Amino acid sequence: MPQEQEQVRPQRKGGGSGDDGSDTDAGQTTAASKAAELKDEMDDILDEIDSVLEENAEEFVKSYVQKGGE
Amino acid sequence: MAIPKVFGIETEYGITAAGAPDLNPVLASSILISTYAGSLRRIRWDYEQESPLRDARGFEPVAAREGSDEDLGLANVILPNGARYYVDHAHPEYSTPECITPRELVVHDKAGERILERSLAEVARELPSGPRLSIYKNNSDGKGNSYGTHENYLVDRATPFGDIVRDLTPFFVSRQVFCGAGKVGAEAPWEDRGSTAYQLTQRADFFETEVGLETTLKRPIINTRDEPHADPERYRRLHVIIGDANMCEVATFLKIGTTAIVLKMVEDRFLPDLSIQSPVTALHDVSRDIGCTVTVPLADGRHLSAVQLQWEYFEHAKKYVEREDDTPENQEVLTRWESVLSALETEPLSLHRELDWVAKYRLLAAYRERDGLAWSDPKLRAIDLQYHDIRRGRGLYHRLASSGQVERLTTDEEVDVAVMEPPVDTRAYFRGRCISKYAEAIAAASWDSLIVDTGADALQRIPMRDPLRGTREHVEDLLRVSEDVASLVSRLQS
Repeated sequence: MPQEQEQVRPQRKGGGSGDDGSDTDAGQTTAASKAAELKDEMDDILDEIDSVLEENAEEFVKSYVQKGGE
Repeated sequence: MAIPKVFGIETEYGITAAGAPDLNPVLASSILISTYAGSLRRIRWDYEQESPLRDARGFEPVAAREGSDEDLGLANVILPNGARYYVDHAHPEYSTPECITPRELVVHDKAGERILERSLAEVARELPSGPRLSIYKNNSDGKGNSYGTHENYLVDRATPFGDIVRDLTPFFVSRQVFCGAGKVGAEAPWEDRGSTAYQLTQRADFFETEVGLETTLKRPIINTRDEPHADPERYRRLHVIIGDANMCEVATFLKIGTTAIVLKMVEDRFLPDLSIQSPVTALHDVSRDIGCTVTVPLADGRHLSAVQLQWEYFEHAKKYVEREDDTPENQEVLTRWESVLSALETEPLSLHRELDWVAKYRLLAAYRERDGLAWSDPKLRAIDLQYHDIRRGRGLYHRLASSGQVERLTTDEEVDVAVMEPPVDTRAYFRGRCISKYAEAIAAASWDSLIVDTGADALQRIPMRDPLRGTREHVEDLLRVSEDVASLVSRLQS
């Protein structure tokens, strides 16, 4: 099972179209700038996660205990 | 001929308080709800019609009900939008009003989140030195405790329950590929927690049998609770306990829309036998395969992946809708269903704008890569939890939504309207409008009746046995001309 999960680790989206042999300069530039854009977008999200994540993640996770419901 | 589908979603929310490990969640939930209701009006829920131990297979109740939370006078209210908001076990629970289109139900499911969020704000205002509560719309605490998100569908009583079990079980096993809310790790009792890095659903780990009445232990894929909250001669209410709480609107839309069409096909005997050899094992295998390629053995000897099984249901649904039920709503469901299945087949991780398990995975994978974390790192579990925080400023899903990174099907404006306004095309309209207009005179209410005080010696019961009666079209004029509940009752009786 873990192997299957490794296979689908985040594909570098946007990089894909530049890797398939159709390597015109324009194509590469577009793909590269798109990839950079996506990376920026992702960096922003990660910064945002840092800004809202409870300060002590370990304590937060440990103290989150619920009674079963339904 | 299949009957129209009426549906709703009940969600038990996780509740906690930072820095207050001894928080009493029952009391906290009750305070949350009663504080919200304080500005609305409190109405006692009428349990007279409820019998949760009645079994769809015709069995007698197996045990008497213990003294329940409700007996302790915990908060339990009906809201002007026709929803029910109450304490269930140790959780605040929100049951949407009855809806007839999946899109409308998405709006009301989101209105529930807004009501919980507003409740938090009300508590913070009224009890400034009280605990700092947080609410999560998820289904697991990551430590083996689960709480449910249940779907309910109106089904024709004439449909044999065995047909529902046969046709719906493979559907529920396979729909996880788009309904799952995603979870770090595993919680199944037979498995080491770290043996699975990430899986599609919150709930699969907690399901151990194929069919049964239980909801809190030995959970079954098909739940047999039989409380129609409607005329029992004509209707069954299928109580679906296997779903996850979805944040993504597209996931909720697909979950409800596809299941409703499949149920119509069951009623019209339109589906081939797609029985899976070992549904419980298949459920766990599918949930643990984020590549969405693992196959499960069918009773007929074929081996199909969850996506291939879904294509079987989709192809039949397409024909069925063309022939029997060609509505714009169904066409919208088919279009989305097809596009999501196509993407799941080629690149599941491209669905991060539509599906919760993918949106969450994308965050986790990127965070993990940046910081070089192991899957067992508490930070990743914290991200998993915080994805479901219902506060728009704190919840990671909501941060994605507000920056346009997940697809919305609703607008904030229509969700705000649904916080106070009932759907117009089910009996929820009558319920909600009566609550708004005659609050003082309503002694009790349930899904299928209102008990009102007209000033006469005895209280009067107004039955609402048909979920499709009491719509705006039916009762708007009646409610307008009935200035009080006595005149409403006399008009209903004449």
